[in-house]
Amino acid sequence: MKARSLRRYVPSLVLFGVLLLLWQVLPPLLHVREYLLPGPAAVVRAALDFSIPWHTHVWITTLEILGGFVLAGAAGVLLGVAIAWSAPLAAALVPFLVFVNTLPKVAVAPLFLLWLGYGVIPNALIAALIGFFPVVINTAVGLTQVDEELLDLGRVFGAPTWKVFLKIRLPNALPYVFSALKVTATAAVVGAIVGEFVASQAGLGTVIVNAQTNLNTPVAFASLLWISVIGLVLYGLVGLAARWWAPWADAT
Amino acid sequence: MIVLEGVGMTYRAESGPVEALRDITLEVGRGELVALVGPSGCGKSTLLRIIAGLRPATAGRVLVDRRPVTRPIAAVGMVFQAPVLLKWRAIVENVLLAAELSGLDPAAYRARAEELLALVGLGGFDDKLPRELSGGMQQRAALCRALLLDPPLLLMDEPFGALDAMTRDELGLELLRVWGEGSRTRKTVVFVTHSIPEAVFLADRVVVMTPRPGRVAETFPVGLPRPRTVETRASAELGALVLRVHETLSRT
Ligand SMILES: Nc1ncnc2c1ncn2[C@@H]1O[C@H](COP(=O)(O)OP(=O)(O)O)[C@@H](O)[C@H]1O
Ligand SMILES: [Mg+2]
Repeated sequence: MKARSLRRYVPSLVLFGVLLLLWQVLPPLLHVREYLLPGPAAVVRAALDFSIPWHTHVWITTLEILGGFVLAGAAGVLLGVAIAWSAPLAAALVPFLVFVNTLPKVAVAPLFLLWLGYGVIPNALIAALIGFFPVVINTAVGLTQVDEELLDLGRVFGAPTWKVFLKIRLPNALPYVFSALKVTATAAVVGAIVGEFVASQAGLGTVIVNAQTNLNTPVAFASLLWISVIGLVLYGLVGLAARWWAPWADAT
Repeated sequence: MIVLEGVGMTYRAESGPVEALRDITLEVGRGELVALVGPSGCGKSTLLRIIAGLRPATAGRVLVDRRPVTRPIAAVGMVFQAPVLLKWRAIVENVLLAAELSGLDPAAYRARAEELLALVGLGGFDDKLPRELSGGMQQRAALCRALLLDPPLLLMDEPFGALDAMTRDELGLELLRVWGEGSRTRKTVVFVTHSIPEAVFLADRVVVMTPRPGRVAETFPVGLPRPRTVETRASAELGALVLRVHETLSRT
């Protein structure tokens, strides 16, 4: 069982290895300069070169991503609950939320910075703005996609609405919420980096912008590497949480 | 126990009114097991929901225990075609849901829940999740949930309809057993089914309904001796009655 699930990863690992190898070998052969496309070895060297304050940048960006993620999750669940709870609230909120979601949020980023100055908080807000919508939708869907018969049971047993909500609707929504949170995890990374691109003094996105102006491409790639490490860890943690708190969703 | 007088039901659908039931007059005595058969869409589920007080009839009168039904009646066990168990709860916890939704202390019913599960052959499955059980076993658990609070009335909507023929027969016998076939404390049961042999085998009376709007076409008392056994299924008496019900049904 264990060995088999490990074997599942073999094809993707092989592909990954081959691509890395090609990336290392081909550019020099084709006389591509390093400032255009550094090889993986140069990238890793830059990523581990601690004369660049990586820990600060990683820390700042992680804060922004986590802040955005938590904010998106909390706001998304609250809004989803509100929508599922009351039809008038849903009628009021849904069109507005759809409108907000159709805004190109990347274009809103400069406004946020104008209003809030630059720093961790505006970037976390941009991250939250990009990532909250799927949580709203999935929470509302998960709370309402309950067998009519189960609700009938609640009625014949005289259960108050809050009890049906707590014992039936909320657990029913958990797997939906977690699958939305996986999307949010990736979206929050995008949001944080977008915020840093627009204006920022620290963070991995800032490093990329600065490296670009200095044509220090290995550092830009190294920053990308750190970003993807953060993204993968967050995604993995959400996956673990889902398996821990909603294990029944796996089987279907 | 149950008195229906001129009960009618017209749904107000968006496409216009749908008359589901017309002028149903029927009495079900205490401790009687009545089977309802009729073509799909003739209003059998609607009738059960009206008896349970989940939906008000649009015409006529409904009495349960001499009291007019105006809201969901307490003390009724419901079983549906699907087991509708909570996927995240162990079997015994699913059975205990009946107590929890009723505002009773589930701990006080645990012993009873385990006893019921053992009675239907699910001893040792208490701590399994629903997905670890076959469809027939899940339906047995749903039956236990309906029986947990020992309601005097059971409403069953094609409870074995989704099961294979063999499991279905087995569960029929089991139902008769928990119903208390031999005793005088029998529950009142209204049992909706698509299967005429099943209706005749289980019931004291078979009520045949017409296509929509559903009315009572004819009522057949079933004189087969109790307790009913596997031999009953093969008896000529049962066969003859099945034929008569079948003829009535195809004439409607
Ligand atoms: N909520 C509803 N709104 C409108 N029409 C309904 C509703 N529920 C049932 N009906 C209609 O009422 C009729 C009887 O339905 P139902 O009681 O489910 O029949 P049965 O259980 O005998 O198959 C059907 O024609 C169905 O389309
Ligand atoms: Mg039905």
